[in-house]
Amino acid sequence: MTELLAKTPCAGLLPLRAGTTTLTEVDLGQLTSLAPYRGQAAALSDALHAAHGLAVPGPGQTTESDDAEAIWFGRALVLLAGPAPDASLAAHAALTDQSDAWAVAELAGDDAAAVLARLTPLDLRASRFPVGATARSELAHMAASVTRTGEQAFRVMVFRAFAQTLAHEMRTAMDGVAARRTR
Amino acid sequence: MRIGGEGLIDRGARLDFTFDGHGYQGVKGDTLASALLANGIRLMGRSFKYHRPRGPLTADSAEPNALVTLGRGPGQDPNARATTVELHDGLEARSQNRWPGLDFDLLSVNDALAPFLGAGFYYKTFMWPRAFWEKVYEPAIRRAAGLGAISRVHDPDRYEKAFAHCDLLVIGAGPAGLMAALTAARAGAEVILADEDTHPGGRLNAETLEVDGRPGRDWAAAVAAELSEMDNVRLMTRTAVVGAYDQGTFGALERLAPDIAARRGAPRECFWRIAARRAVLAAGALERPVAFQNNDRPGVMLAGAVRAYVNRWRVAPGRNVAVFGNNDGAHRTAADLMAAGVHVSALIDSRPGATTDLDLPFFPGATVTDAHGRKGLEAISVATTSGIDKLQAECLAVSGGWNPAVHLTCHMNGRPAWREDIAAFVPRDGAVPGLRAAGACAGTFSTRACLEDGIAAAREALEEMGRTAPGTSAPRAEDGAYAITPLWTVPGKARAWLDFQNDVTVKDVKQAARENFRSVEHMKRYTTQGMATDQGKNSNTGALAVLADATGRAIPETGTTTFRPPYNPVAIGALGAGAQGMGFAPRRLTTSHAASVDRGAEMLEVGLWYRPSHFPARGETHWRQSTDREVTMVREAVGIADVSTLGKIDVQGPDAARFLDFVYANTFSTLKVGRVRYGIMLREDGHVMDDGTTARLGETHFLTTTTTAAAGEVMRHFEFVHQCLCPDWDVRFISVTEQWAQFAVAGPKSRDLLDDLLDTPLDDAAWPFMACGPVGLGGVQARLFRISFSGEHAYELAVPARYGDSLFRELARRAEALGGGPYGMEALNVLRIEKGFITHAEIHGRTTAFDIGMDRMVSRKKDCIGQAAAERPGLREDGREQLVGLKPVGAVKMLTAGAHLFNETDPADRDHDQGYITSTGFSPTFGHFLALGFLKNGRARHGEVVRMVDHLRGVTAYCEVQDPVVFDPKGDRVRD
Amino acid sequence: MRITCPICGARDRREFTVKGAALALERPARDAGDVAWDDYLHNRDNPAGRSAELWYHETGCAAWIVVVRDTVTHEVFETRLADGDTEAGS
Repeated sequence: MTELLAKTPCAGLLPLRAGTTTLTEVDLGQLTSLAPYRGQAAALSDALHAAHGLAVPGPGQTTESDDAEAIWFGRALVLLAGPAPDASLAAHAALTDQSDAWAVAELAGDDAAAVLARLTPLDLRASRFPVGATARSELAHMAASVTRTGEQAFRVMVFRAFAQTLAHEMRTAMDGVAARRTR
Repeated sequence: MRIGGEGLIDRGARLDFTFDGHGYQGVKGDTLASALLANGIRLMGRSFKYHRPRGPLTADSAEPNALVTLGRGPGQDPNARATTVELHDGLEARSQNRWPGLDFDLLSVNDALAPFLGAGFYYKTFMWPRAFWEKVYEPAIRRAAGLGAISRVHDPDRYEKAFAHCDLLVIGAGPAGLMAALTAARAGAEVILADEDTHPGGRLNAETLEVDGRPGRDWAAAVAAELSEMDNVRLMTRTAVVGAYDQGTFGALERLAPDIAARRGAPRECFWRIAARRAVLAAGALERPVAFQNNDRPGVMLAGAVRAYVNRWRVAPGRNVAVFGNNDGAHRTAADLMAAGVHVSALIDSRPGATTDLDLPFFPGATVTDAHGRKGLEAISVATTSGIDKLQAECLAVSGGWNPAVHLTCHMNGRPAWREDIAAFVPRDGAVPGLRAAGACAGTFSTRACLEDGIAAAREALEEMGRTAPGTSAPRAEDGAYAITPLWTVPGKARAWLDFQNDVTVKDVKQAARENFRSVEHMKRYTTQGMATDQGKNSNTGALAVLADATGRAIPETGTTTFRPPYNPVAIGALGAGAQGMGFAPRRLTTSHAASVDRGAEMLEVGLWYRPSHFPARGETHWRQSTDREVTMVREAVGIADVSTLGKIDVQGPDAARFLDFVYANTFSTLKVGRVRYGIMLREDGHVMDDGTTARLGETHFLTTTTTAAAGEVMRHFEFVHQCLCPDWDVRFISVTEQWAQFAVAGPKSRDLLDDLLDTPLDDAAWPFMACGPVGLGGVQARLFRISFSGEHAYELAVPARYGDSLFRELARRAEALGGGPYGMEALNVLRIEKGFITHAEIHGRTTAFDIGMDRMVSRKKDCIGQAAAERPGLREDGREQLVGLKPVGAVKMLTAGAHLFNETDPADRDHDQGYITSTGFSPTFGHFLALGFLKNGRARHGEVVRMVDHLRGVTAYCEVQDPVVFDPKGDRVRD
Repeated sequence: MRITCPICGARDRREFTVKGAALALERPARDAGDVAWDDYLHNRDNPAGRSAELWYHETGCAAWIVVVRDTVTHEVFETRLADGDTEAGS
């Protein structure tokens, strides 16, 4: 029998550190996209709550329970992170395994927002994008998902195949921002 | 020379720098211009056309004369304005546009030739012969006239771009800008205050004015300190807002401080895109000169610049200074100079009734008529009622009044309005939506009025944003009236300059008017006035006044020129920041990338993906050797290719089948679960958009594949068709391209390889050609598709991407054990050409299903995208160019893609064009080249010989037309 | 340039791609005839002024959006979901 070895998207690329900022690969567990069928959004939210203890988040938001997180991922689209999706969800939404499709990394440190400002046109001011807020946008010309996970921490997701570019662009931006720090 | 007293410099911090190879010393806080003036250097450049000696006219970014090249080597930076270059230790600056040197410039012969070099000179002189335009005239003109040069090698400097967002953007940190920012910030708005200077304060840093009972620059520093303590304020110094764009977007160029820019990883400059709900333009005003004879001599400066050099940098721009103006600023200049201990030789006020309390030679109602001294001012001529006096002066401070900096209000087609009382243009309200002008840039000139204006502008903006501003009152400050009597030119026989940077004189503008270039837009283009990098900041109004006078019109009816972005020149490197090298486009790498590179594969860019061209084996030195081997390997044993780059879209929902029937030309609703079908997709105009296979994984679950390059386009198309044309259908799409690593296992031994690899050997009955389903692989849930792009018995095996690297290595190893191995794009291409399979080389956007021989696939039983248009007779008539195969039959054996086809004896020209070749490759299977192409009525012409002519590469070959499918035409091998 | 996505709010134009006139929404019936199809496929007004266009929030939420804007001043008057707002909620 053949044994296949698993590799994470950012293996050999992360972590990175520059100044006070770090970029670390994150394992969100299983990722499943949930696309509610017509008129099923509320029913999906109920089923999700019953099965995993969280509601379907509204646009630009995330919801959390002990072992799961639901990330708004686009028009009529939510990403369930953590557990395997309960079978009951399939009645209300198209479920698709996305566990291997995304490179996921957390950018943390006092300059995290300043680093992202070099890469994405998103408005990440705390007043507009508080902890728990999420957005789909572009990051250095790559389609991305950006979530604020802490006052000074963001989770960024890009397609797995972009992992090397993500690391390169982040490194460049992190170095540029770190160099501006008063010494 | 440096004088005593307090300025914005740190005398203790000495800085060494060089100019044209000579070493000098300045101090921290200096600009290059102030440091050179402190060292007694006035001559800093040569003019663009006449090579006239020039010194600084200004102390700011409007500078037209003192342009220098910084640094040396690849990163040298031409045309830096010495007046804004921050001095730092080790700075190396060179003058420009002179040969052999600044002091002795042979090209200054142009100045003597001036009578021939006036407006329109180039247009009139270099007309014939036409062949000389590019080869003789242009190079010669470019050598003699110009600015600094780029290094012509890769620029090693790093530039950055960044985005920022705010409620209120305040542009300019002078009195109005500071008060606007403070008012908005205290109301809780998120504010960005941007100023191009190193220190906030604007003119307060250059004047001796008091605000709130203390020196203006101290007040500015205190306000700036308060602002920088606030969380809701971002104070951006060294940042020039250079453009106003749609929906409150502004472009700004930040220069990093020299010590920071020198650090590892730091950029030199950062180009900001700022999105602001509202903006206050507080950009101040730019002083304008007066045109009199030889007013371009080094030492003739704007009065406000002289005050800045004296008050801010503690530099006397000459041992004796004369002051000339048409407004009260001239008097203030003389007072400041005297207070600083500089000898003032005369104060000349063109207003006849002017008076002064100053103890100096005063000439009311007089004008300066000429400036003397070739490389630096020595004396001036003054015309008074009693005649011409010649007075000694090393510096002449001139003020012709102030032009509000309306520039940004013109960037969205706004045209400023003329205000007679200040003899200047001011912005019109609403010129840029959401932006209001305040302070001097709105024509408000007293300090007190500017402070009040800033508060008012911020309050209005806050109200529009639904915020209430706490009461803020303006601090005490000078509140004098601005009294000006326009004076544009002083008559004289010799040349008087309007546009210093482009060497345009009063005569040139008058000549333009005489030659009937009466429109300001025509005058500007004919004389080049205002067309230099400074966009005529100092000269537009003056030139317009001269044109108005020459054409007998008032200024407002003569017109105005407007300004475009950028306000200041911006390096291309800053605009394109981040796009060098790896930053040009993101790279999309497959899971087999590392293993492929390890094997020496050369990677090709396909869309954003990188795919192997071929895998060189030991001893192979040419890609054709590798490719021939790889093709034969697939035909005789088994080959492995990474096909993960093909777009994969998961289509689910009760209406999934119905949707696919609508979006594809053929039918998918009849496909059985566990089977795969090939399909083509049309654009609505009846041409082929893309092709690929679709697998039915469940009753309401399909997996459709797209070509690599069209994946994004197809997803966009699916969403368009669903959301825009059939929003009531219950169907969902999600890309799974990245979720699965998928490999083709192709060749007669593919089955053997898989039987050994999979948890359960394949059962023939369950896995016929075009079957699909789940398989197990070492406990991993995989998907298997029995499909073929090579014409061989083949499969595609997909695993979750985390296992891709491991599976590719395993497949390659096993294939090699069976006499096969991995193959690249070149072999893949040959294999599909042998089978007549199409790619985007054939479905290039102008071909129909009829053209590629797939008209039968377009179902007539249902509506589908493109069906109505595909029925049009013109898209399916026999005379159209149709897909054919071709093989060489003459002496020349090579066929080339892009070549055109002609009847054997016809001339090879456009009138006789019969078609063209889209794909070629050498087939080791047949031992000669094969091609696919399109030929008029081609399907009826199999067996005919046509002539292929590649005009670009100079290749002519005779070839025989044949069926596109030459290998295994019955398709036995895929089913075997 | 910024466009307000009805789902995501005001966003930079980099996130969007434009298709052209919103006329693309009014697809004729299969048998509507040559004139109707010709108009749908090829004939477009080119107004200097108010114009309704279809934009795709490509790197955003993937919504198709009708953007009503002025082609001269670039003012955006209105944005709405092309699917009639049936599924914006989630």
